[in-house]
Amino acid sequence: MSEEQPVRFRSTRDLPSAHLLGTGTPTCAGCGGLEALHQMVDVLGNKTVFVNAAGCMTLLAVYPFTPFRGGWLYTAMASAPAGAQGVRDALDILKAKGKLLEEEDLEVVVITGDGAAYGMGLSATSGAMDRDLDFIYLCYDNEGYGNTGQQYSPATPHLALTSTSKGSHGYPGFKKDLFSIWAANNPAYVATIIGAEPLDLAKKIEKLQSLKGPRMLISLAPCPTGWDFDPRHTVEIGRLAVSTGIWPLKEYVDGQVVHTKVPRQRKPVEEYLKLQGRYKHLFHPQRNEAAIAEIQARVDAYWATVE
Amino acid sequence: MSRQLLTGNGAAAWAARLAQADYIPAFPITPQTEIIEQIGLWIDRGEFDARMVTLESEHSMLTAAGSAASSGVRVFTATSSQGLLYAMEMLYTVAGWRVPFVLVNVSRGLSAPITLEPDHNDILAARDCGFLQIHCASCQEVLDSTLMAYRLAEHVHVRLPAIVNLDGFYLSFTREPVDLPDARQAAAFVGDFDPENLMFHASAPLSQATAVLGGGPYSYFRYETHLASEQALEVYEDIANEFAERFGRLHEMLEAYRMDDAEYVFVMMGSFASKARDAVDSLREAGWKIGMLRPRLLRPLPREQIRALLKGRRAVAVVDQNISMGMGGVLHSEFAGALYGLSDAPPILASFIGGLGGRDIRQQEFFRMAEVLKQASDSGTTPKPRLLYTEEELAEMRKLQAIAGLERSELGNGTKQGGTP
Repeated sequence: MSEEQPVRFRSTRDLPSAHLLGTGTPTCAGCGGLEALHQMVDVLGNKTVFVNAAGCMTLLAVYPFTPFRGGWLYTAMASAPAGAQGVRDALDILKAKGKLLEEEDLEVVVITGDGAAYGMGLSATSGAMDRDLDFIYLCYDNEGYGNTGQQYSPATPHLALTSTSKGSHGYPGFKKDLFSIWAANNPAYVATIIGAEPLDLAKKIEKLQSLKGPRMLISLAPCPTGWDFDPRHTVEIGRLAVSTGIWPLKEYVDGQVVHTKVPRQRKPVEEYLKLQGRYKHLFHPQRNEAAIAEIQARVDAYWATVE
Repeated sequence: MSRQLLTGNGAAAWAARLAQADYIPAFPITPQTEIIEQIGLWIDRGEFDARMVTLESEHSMLTAAGSAASSGVRVFTATSSQGLLYAMEMLYTVAGWRVPFVLVNVSRGLSAPITLEPDHNDILAARDCGFLQIHCASCQEVLDSTLMAYRLAEHVHVRLPAIVNLDGFYLSFTREPVDLPDARQAAAFVGDFDPENLMFHASAPLSQATAVLGGGPYSYFRYETHLASEQALEVYEDIANEFAERFGRLHEMLEAYRMDDAEYVFVMMGSFASKARDAVDSLREAGWKIGMLRPRLLRPLPREQIRALLKGRRAVAVVDQNISMGMGGVLHSEFAGALYGLSDAPPILASFIGGLGGRDIRQQEFFRMAEVLKQASDSGTTPKPRLLYTEEELAEMRKLQAIAGLERSELGNGTKQGGTP
């Protein structure tokens, strides 16, 4: 197992200094999804083919430009994992028939937003896990249909304002637990990551590289345009998501869920909430103590099951 | 070569095997399922060196078909009806990827109401997506057309996916004698798949199916796809001739049956055209100068060939086994478009709709259509479009409605529909 292999990432000094993803992409300034993708690609390397579903990242490869040094295939919103199935199977067939050398082989990586991952693409994702497809799935989760202007999605957290929940109460629903849904399919690996915790992210990419089968990642993706905050706060908000306990960093492997970073002294959730315009109705014109306490209570209840 | 009794589904499965498809993404749906069952059995027995994967939907199945073809392998897949429509987004998408592979569609009427029996609304819903379309009227044609479809789809001037269509039940489950080419001859005809630029290799990174910004680049790629489809016309003729030389069967893009001196013409697609052939024989015996024209290739549409074959005829009846709600027969409008502006076009182009959901078209109905054509030709007035339906069928329907009404009143729900006590 991985314990016996040399560990590449012990401290942030071990993180790759060479950045593989090209610059000049049309994503928004401070995009937390791109932040995580950058770090992931730096560890994974260039022998990849990214299979994409409709979302913000679809605009990374706009004819005739691409930031990727490997392959890219845009599919549709619902079926990127099925696209990965076809590519993986084809590469395996070509290898078996001696038409593709081992060193020409590629890691197949699905990249979708939460709109595809939590909803429309869930059936195709479940199917890919049923078939034990050897692939990586990165969901950049900005908690709404971001590319169309941040309407609420099944990933939207309770009470957040979105462009389809603009009223004074925000989104009445609750963020779906995609980690558990994916883990229930018993894939080789599931983990949550975030760009603001690069060492944790790099360790997880390293670990999944040693595994075969479906390797699933959900990255919380702070979104300046969708969450209404200044792009310079992306990293800070990401760190607060972890230190307040709102975004638990964890992994599922061999049937066990392990938390990879347990915030010993969790900061109050309001430190995370108050930096974001999508929660401004909880603080203005007056503090909504009940709502803030409700969010805090949910986070506390989650960690009570962990600690 | 051997002669076997095969269903249309069996012929389609044999074609996939003879074409040496590498990859078969699959999903069951009646009446197509026998194709993937047969292929699965051959793979399990080691008789067919391919990989079959059952996806969780036709949408995913078409995505995997396209992405595997994008990665450089030869792909075969099959579906029907609701499955084709469920995959519709991906039909348009993968055609835009310019990936050559073959999809066999076993036609079946669309919901609602839900049914299992055939008509052509499913396949015609895919008319504009960019797939080439070949329509078959016999099990032999299913086999031959599928082999030809690989050549056509993979041709350097075309590079588009192709649909081979056969009618559910009438062909899918009907056994006919089929000449099965021997494996080596078939392989020699189809040839190896040359992926050209379709690949994902570490040493040759490639972005496929990227987004475009603006109407200029978008139009460029859309026009390219259209022009590639049109180029399939010329390519088709060469491939059909080569097939005929090798196997002794010529499948033209349009079947012209007893058309030489025909004044009146039935136009039909698919297996029901064999009913029109029988009617033509009977009418010929009764002294009619009548023939039948059957488009095998619908996309690209052989416009010039249609014009050449219909020029100077007195009247044409297009019998559509489909219905475009609020418009009528799709094939009728295709033919009207193809013939418009031709100086010696048939003055009468009548529209009939029949055979929906597998409803039979009887010989008497063909005779009646011929009479309508003659009257229209004599009077110089195009008849109104007709929906084929008999008094007996209406009476039968009224009887079912009466039974339903009686059942409801006996259950004590009065006349309220769907009421609960």
